[in-house]
Amino acid sequence: MQVDKELQQKLRPAMVEGEHTFASVTDKISDVTLKKRTPFHWFIGFGISFLVAQLLLFSVVWLLANGIGVWGNNQPVGWAFDIINFVWWIGIGHAGTLISAILLLLNQKWRTSINRFAEAMTLFAVACAAMFPLLHTGRPWLAAYWLFPYPNTMGIWPQFRSPLIWDVFAVSTYATVSLLFWYVGLIPDFATLRDRAKNKYYRFVYAILAWGWRGSARHWHRYEITYLILAGLSTPLVLSVHSIVSFDFAVSQIPGWHATIFPPYFVAGAIFAGFAMVLILCIPLRHWYRMQDFITHTHLVYMGKVMLATGLIVCYGYAMEAFFGWYSVAEYEVFMVKNRIWEGPYWWSYWLLILCNGLSIQLLWFKRFRESEFWLFTISVVVSVGMWLERFVIIVTSLHRDFLPSSWAMYSPQIWDWTMFIGTIGFFFTLIYLFVRFVPIISIFEVRTLLPDAHVHGHQQDFDESVLEVEYTYDRTDPPNS
Amino acid sequence: MAQVFNKSANNIARISMVMVVVLAGTAFYAYTQIARSSYLTGRYVEKQQPVQFSHKHHVGDDGIDCRYCHTTVETTASAGMPSTQTCMNCHSQIWADSPYLELVQKSFRENKPIEWQRVHDLPEYTYFNHSIHVAKGIGCSSCHGAIDNMPAVYQENTLQMEWCLACHREPEKFIRPKSEIFNMQWQDSDLSPADRDKLKADYKIRSKEMLTSCSVCHR
Repeated sequence: MQVDKELQQKLRPAMVEGEHTFASVTDKISDVTLKKRTPFHWFIGFGISFLVAQLLLFSVVWLLANGIGVWGNNQPVGWAFDIINFVWWIGIGHAGTLISAILLLLNQKWRTSINRFAEAMTLFAVACAAMFPLLHTGRPWLAAYWLFPYPNTMGIWPQFRSPLIWDVFAVSTYATVSLLFWYVGLIPDFATLRDRAKNKYYRFVYAILAWGWRGSARHWHRYEITYLILAGLSTPLVLSVHSIVSFDFAVSQIPGWHATIFPPYFVAGAIFAGFAMVLILCIPLRHWYRMQDFITHTHLVYMGKVMLATGLIVCYGYAMEAFFGWYSVAEYEVFMVKNRIWEGPYWWSYWLLILCNGLSIQLLWFKRFRESEFWLFTISVVVSVGMWLERFVIIVTSLHRDFLPSSWAMYSPQIWDWTMFIGTIGFFFTLIYLFVRFVPIISIFEVRTLLPDAHVHGHQQDFDESVLEVEYTYDRTDPPNS
Repeated sequence: MAQVFNKSANNIARISMVMVVVLAGTAFYAYTQIARSSYLTGRYVEKQQPVQFSHKHHVGDDGIDCRYCHTTVETTASAGMPSTQTCMNCHSQIWADSPYLELVQKSFRENKPIEWQRVHDLPEYTYFNHSIHVAKGIGCSSCHGAIDNMPAVYQENTLQMEWCLACHREPEKFIRPKSEIFNMQWQDSDLSPADRDKLKADYKIRSKEMLTSCSVCHR
């Protein structure tokens, strides 16, 4: 039996480590929000993020007061930081959706302790992303009638054949479904916080958020169905949102953009960037809040593997881009490839990109690096930079050499491009810090289903575990109020 | 443990779910209506002019043709505002001493134009030309309304893009014969649909696609 256990640990490692019971899991996670004093490092981190977020506020005010001329955009580089940052942020969100939806449907137990904050990351990243195209219009208060089809006073509709309008629908659908998915998953945990909160005001707010959840069998039944439906809705979104973002480029006829590889290449890049951000967030988080039992070493290794796999797809994309340029024998495409890789003034950005996204991840083939938190964190940061550079390379190197040499120009970002980008990073971390403080960072009730206590039947191997999630009852049931 | 909310909270929750939809719908409807209101478009708002000039009197009672004053309406983008000399053609003889015409006299003596207030103010980003509309069979009253009944002129239509496009999409609904352009009593129902289609062909009015392309009005 001992051998069997070892084998099992190797094949299906336990996703909760240490000695835990239902009560200790609940205590451990909910205490972060309710009991423990807010740690000092929280104030430091939140303070810095909040200050940096003010940079965003200032940049936006400056932009609106002066117009988008304060940015470095020019002709022919009409899209620059605004779209680079948009694609970067929206890509980061994708890992959250992948973890919450696709891994749920594939019955991957390791999603359970990371899905909550990965989904929060998705929401906050989408919020940052959405700002850029809106501000790119220069007058965002007018953007509503440029972007949304409604009976406006101009008597016309947006151009439905343009990928820009598809983008509006893709991103707003994505934001809505992600928010619902996150919130529905939070309801049972909000109820736990409501029941455990000593503070009157906390209890009041959590009670509103919990929508009268009592944990009855009927509640659980409906919850399971809703959650599955939302997972089903989110699954195509993982693929569709970034495909449509890639259409912004691929549907145009700019050399280097007009390629069929773009949708899968963008989706893989998004998941790649997203997992890098999940690792950046969860490695410090599990230390600061002593969550190593729930976000285990195995989790980190799995995420490293996903990063390696998606990173290799992205590298294949880079190879194909160059191949397509050569294979097309189209003068402009060939020129663009040469110009992008070695002849043009931005050659350094391309090679920096290959270094960050292509070479750095090769370390993940080796167990030594994959299992080291330090290396995982470092590679994640490098990959995040690399994915930003990827969008820079795609956008700037394709645009700065127009079809007519008389239109050629160089692009260089101005101070307000940088402040706004850095400002959104501050805004993102501000939201993350607030989330960590007020919302359970790990799904309490889902982690409880992973415990041995939840597997009460003798023949564990023959037993369909998914049934347990329905049967499982709430540990502090209130008397029904109707 | 006591309940945080009492039983009525269930109903409040249910009502709030309905109300979010109802309120959002109402707010949206209100927005679409306010956007077309005369408060924002200036429609039906009479403009006070420096001189109490009545179109009702001059057009309706006296029967003066539009082109007597707006001389360039058939040839240029602007219909043209009459100079004080045009007024004085008659008013050097009729009502010459009227206190109402004090300002006109003064303008004539000092050779300084009267500062009329613009009633139909199109945005700068639109290109509008009176002469093409007149040449292709659009009458004055189609856009300006019953000027012969307006003591003080007001804007009859919203001048919003959807109003322009309503005609550019179906010009045949609003065209009339050359002889009726300046007829203030003309009704669009005076012509049969077949006559309109023939008229449209005779005027060589271009297709809907051409008439509604961006650069027709935004150049």
